[in-house]
Amino acid sequence: MSKKTRVVVGLATCGIAAGGVSVMDELRREIKKRKLNVELAETGCIGYCFAEVLVEVEKAGMPKVTYGDITTKDVPELVETHLVQRKIWREKVLLIEGRKTAEADFLKRQKRIVLRNCGLIDPESMRDYMKKGGYEGLKKALTKMAPEEVRAEVLAAGLRGRGGAGFPTGQKWDFCARAEGADKYIVCNADEGDPGAFMDRSVLEGDPHAVIEGMIIGGYAIGATHGYIYCRAEYPLAVKRLRLAIREATRKRFLGKNILGSGYSLDIIVKEGAGAFVCGEETAMMASIEGSRGMPLPRPPFPANKGIWGMPTNINNVETFANVPWIIRNGARKYAAIGTGGSKGTKVFCLTGKVRRGGLAEVAMGTTLRDVIFGVGGGIKEGRNFKAVQIGGPSGGCLPAALLDTPVDYDSLPAAGAIMGSGGMVIVDDTTCMVDLAKYFLTFTQMESCGKCIPCRVGTKRMLEVLIRICEGRGVPGDIGLLERLAYDVKDASLCALGGTAPNPVLTTLRYFKDEYKAHIFDKKCPAGLCVDLVTFHIEPDKCTGCGVCVRNCPSDSITGEKKEPHVIDIETCIRCRECLRRCRFDAVYTV
Amino acid sequence: MVTKTKAEPEQASERARLDKIINKYRKQKGALIPILQEAQDSLGYLSEESLFYIAKATKRTLAQVYGVTTFFTQFRLEPIGEHLVRICHGTACHVGGAEDIDATVCGHLGLSEEGGTTDDMEFTVDKVVCVGACSLAPIMIVDGVAHGRLNADRARKVIKGYQKEK
Repeated sequence: MSKKTRVVVGLATCGIAAGGVSVMDELRREIKKRKLNVELAETGCIGYCFAEVLVEVEKAGMPKVTYGDITTKDVPELVETHLVQRKIWREKVLLIEGRKTAEADFLKRQKRIVLRNCGLIDPESMRDYMKKGGYEGLKKALTKMAPEEVRAEVLAAGLRGRGGAGFPTGQKWDFCARAEGADKYIVCNADEGDPGAFMDRSVLEGDPHAVIEGMIIGGYAIGATHGYIYCRAEYPLAVKRLRLAIREATRKRFLGKNILGSGYSLDIIVKEGAGAFVCGEETAMMASIEGSRGMPLPRPPFPANKGIWGMPTNINNVETFANVPWIIRNGARKYAAIGTGGSKGTKVFCLTGKVRRGGLAEVAMGTTLRDVIFGVGGGIKEGRNFKAVQIGGPSGGCLPAALLDTPVDYDSLPAAGAIMGSGGMVIVDDTTCMVDLAKYFLTFTQMESCGKCIPCRVGTKRMLEVLIRICEGRGVPGDIGLLERLAYDVKDASLCALGGTAPNPVLTTLRYFKDEYKAHIFDKKCPAGLCVDLVTFHIEPDKCTGCGVCVRNCPSDSITGEKKEPHVIDIETCIRCRECLRRCRFDAVYTV
Repeated sequence: MVTKTKAEPEQASERARLDKIINKYRKQKGALIPILQEAQDSLGYLSEESLFYIAKATKRTLAQVYGVTTFFTQFRLEPIGEHLVRICHGTACHVGGAEDIDATVCGHLGLSEEGGTTDDMEFTVDKVVCVGACSLAPIMIVDGVAHGRLNADRARKVIKGYQKEK
């Protein structure tokens, strides 16, 4: 008997945003119309975000094929070619199982532990998860291991916190296990607030049970009585799937009272964040869980001793928890064999920005930035030049081409001025102004500063003012020194990590791209042609078709030209509003 | 703070809705944030009256409730338009030209670049930080539906599509 034909559509947030639901509907209609015997299913994020919508087809006698960039218009041809004529539709092929295709490197160069099930299982099906060995780790931990053995195993694996700071997870669990309290809390930090990072969302949407299993194992290891998952409200699909997974796990007795007859009990509640970046900080998150303004507290006391409602509390990130079931199931030794001396296992990165293959990349620790960006990511879009990679979001830094051979691990990245952070990697090309990028991050941290301590509240504001001044061409000699001084003050004197790391984007751009700052301040020029106050607008005669769209929309009547002839911008009267640049369909408008 | 007060008869039904939400969380410790979230979902925004009511019913001071409400970006103290447009300003969207999308959408709707609500209460434009769909940058979300890989032209077309609905 031949295996049933299966068509799977990737329906995580990116897939849905790219039109995945309509593709799914169209497939359903087309299959019904042709009366085909096909099982239509959905899965989470496959990681090939650059080629959404993704459709996978499994048919007996043919290799499994992944199609990319599918729109509703492609559906009839896809169904006709692959399902009816039994031929591979070459035009939109991304991957063919067992064969080499242009995009195969993206997956081949990865090592998937956290993303082991993402894109392979139906995230809303517990049975799918269990078929892949799900909850085996939990069974092993609860029936064959004592809590201290679980902690020792995680410590031996060398797992470090994936939320950014990189603290050894086993050690953190030990602190909390030893603390005394009537109740103990285990919390999953799913408040992925870094702009440019979405790996936690992908795991929550693609494999929610992995996180829950990791949490139960962690809860058992420290003796937690209650669990919270603090999830961003901006991730409605993740919240929905988590709640469903918790209900299913409870029904199967993996959660609740006397789990698997071990005598251990745990409940988990999903708490939705309400939008505050600072709540990614442990003490601020606990305040928010208690229903207060999410403002950080000085440490000590550490959450392990005095956390939620004054009880011992252990907080780990989504990715950290997702590693745990794998470690318990496969053993610490196998995990510790991956990675470098001080950084074990893998790290998931989100490749975004001007990279050709943007998406989820999970690589072994110690892989170089070059391998991630050029090997997995396939280099820069539109044949442009790599300029910098921004790692670690608003707390991280920008590294230049000269540092592309830096390995990604907890020691090398800080040495270069960046941080591992949560794993956002935004790649920029020569069209991005580094001063503007630093200004962007400072705008963010300044806005998100909770205002409790003065260095962060006032310091980030003063730094931002200097950056705005430089971008607007009002920079003065001495601004660079002033920025540096302020940066170190904010870094040293802030209460929590938000302020403590906020100056990093400024410090690294100053370290590696000082020339751009100088060009803004002394020559009043923006080398990337982005800062509007420092550029002039022009029209490339070869590209201009003389359609007149820019003329009609120019608020200062600065554009002239005959119909169907190249137009000209009068730079004396131009108010640099960018409207012509936005309106031109032929890319004819450029800045100098 | 300018708050629109609704006509008298509706207030009783609003109170009933708030009571239902508050009762649901009566036994949960520290449930102020979920109460405010559900109240906003149900009523569209958190009016001065609702905040007073929630404070009283949950035995908190108004300062506490107002403090929490204004701390988190999710909560709104003013009514919003028929369509909610959220323009993403995450890093990937920023380097992909989110400022241009902002300027185009706000310009098209006759709003300042800060966003806000149109006079006819049809559209509210909000800037948000990262919706986590960076590979489709720049992106905006209209009434919960994401529109990715935008440029100025496409963004304008998307908004026009919602305008046509009427």
